[in-house]
Amino acid sequence: MNIILVTTLVIAAIGIIVGVGLVATGKKFAVKVDEREVAVRSQLPGNNCGACGYAGCDALAAAISKGDAPVNACPVGGNPVAKEIGRVMGINAEETERKVAFVACKGSCEVTKNQGNYIGIRDCRAAVMSGISVTDCSYGCLGFGSCAEVCPQKAIVVKDGVAIVNRNRCISCGLCVKTCPRGLISLVPVSKVVQVQCSNHDKGPAVKKICSAGCIGCTLCVKQCEFGAMTFGNNLAKVDSEKCTLCGKCAAKCPAKVITSGTGPV
Amino acid sequence: MNKSLIMIIVAGALINNVVLNQFLGICSFLGVSKQMKASISLGGAVIFVITIASAVASLLYDFILKPLGMEFMKTIIFILVIAALVQIVEMFLKKKSPAVYKSLGIYLPLITTNCAVLGVALTNVQNGYNFIECVLSGFGTAVGYTIAIVLLAGIRSRINEKDIPAPLRGAPIVMIAAALMSIAFMGFGGLSF
Repeated sequence: MNIILVTTLVIAAIGIIVGVGLVATGKKFAVKVDEREVAVRSQLPGNNCGACGYAGCDALAAAISKGDAPVNACPVGGNPVAKEIGRVMGINAEETERKVAFVACKGSCEVTKNQGNYIGIRDCRAAVMSGISVTDCSYGCLGFGSCAEVCPQKAIVVKDGVAIVNRNRCISCGLCVKTCPRGLISLVPVSKVVQVQCSNHDKGPAVKKICSAGCIGCTLCVKQCEFGAMTFGNNLAKVDSEKCTLCGKCAAKCPAKVITSGTGPV
Repeated sequence: MNKSLIMIIVAGALINNVVLNQFLGICSFLGVSKQMKASISLGGAVIFVITIASAVASLLYDFILKPLGMEFMKTIIFILVIAALVQIVEMFLKKKSPAVYKSLGIYLPLITTNCAVLGVALTNVQNGYNFIECVLSGFGTAVGYTIAIVLLAGIRSRINEKDIPAPLRGAPIVMIAAALMSIAFMGFGGLSF
């Protein structure tokens, strides 16, 4: 009985000493935190998603208040947050356009086939790691929905074997971009709806054989574009969003209908 | 410094390497060894914390726990004191030398929960070391941890440049590399003065 009492008392004493010691050192060695850092932090969304490239909202707030990061560095908060932070920092926030995730593949079950017999874990990353060709197209969407799984807003759904982004729900955190093992997803400005929805770098006939919705490399789009926004390289057409005026001529001419023009679902 | 004290450092660093032989602190060993710079910072922080922690733990054990006959509580009390100690050290560094604080960064608080720190303190009292032996053993063990993590970081930077078969990429090849290192460190087992 005695030993229990002694032990309890000793541990309680150590606990109190440690507690008092911590508070005392905390007071004595208090470091002044930049007021602006606190103010900036209170404006940030607090998701700690890490899309800005910093360890979390705290780290970003520290970087912004030191001037290491721009006031609009938070992609989730977008313009409203950038404006508020700009007010705190005394800088006018440049208007940045909201970005949304874009899946550069439209290889649904109707247009392409899966010859491979993959029976492993139903996860894109696991499937790619297995080394087995799950889809006939070795560039296209696998359709297991790893991107949908990581999306905090449930903005991605897999429909008919291809991932589709709900642009209204997307907060451009970029987690899907990092997750997709085939690198199909990128963040594009929301108004730039003209995009090439194929990632296959194989030659035209090879693409045609496996997918009816793939870029066959006819370069009709390049010839159509009056603004030089369409380029063709490595067997794939590419849009330069800076130059693109969204006229949609390329999309209208594309025989494979692989260029989006903003009218259909993306 | 006599022979047995040197032996304690060598034993802590190489023969009973904390990571490769006792399998303590594996989490940070695998997690932080991606970059050479980070692993050196972590190694520095570990040397710092383990040396201080084993000194304090030794004093605590000899002057409080032993006289009161409550050696059986050593694990809980060591956890309590080491956690508080690291917090105080962190606050102290933040105020007095921001440069060191910045270079140790996130690793200092992370070490609080590293089992290697507690493991060293407990092994020391188990071996019946006195104060000086405890400090040296703690220092040696931490140096051993640093050697292991820096070596692994070097190996990983080489691995990254190589064409590894797809199923082995990432964690598996690191595990294999760590296992081979562990086997290599068994060679030090034959070392004696």
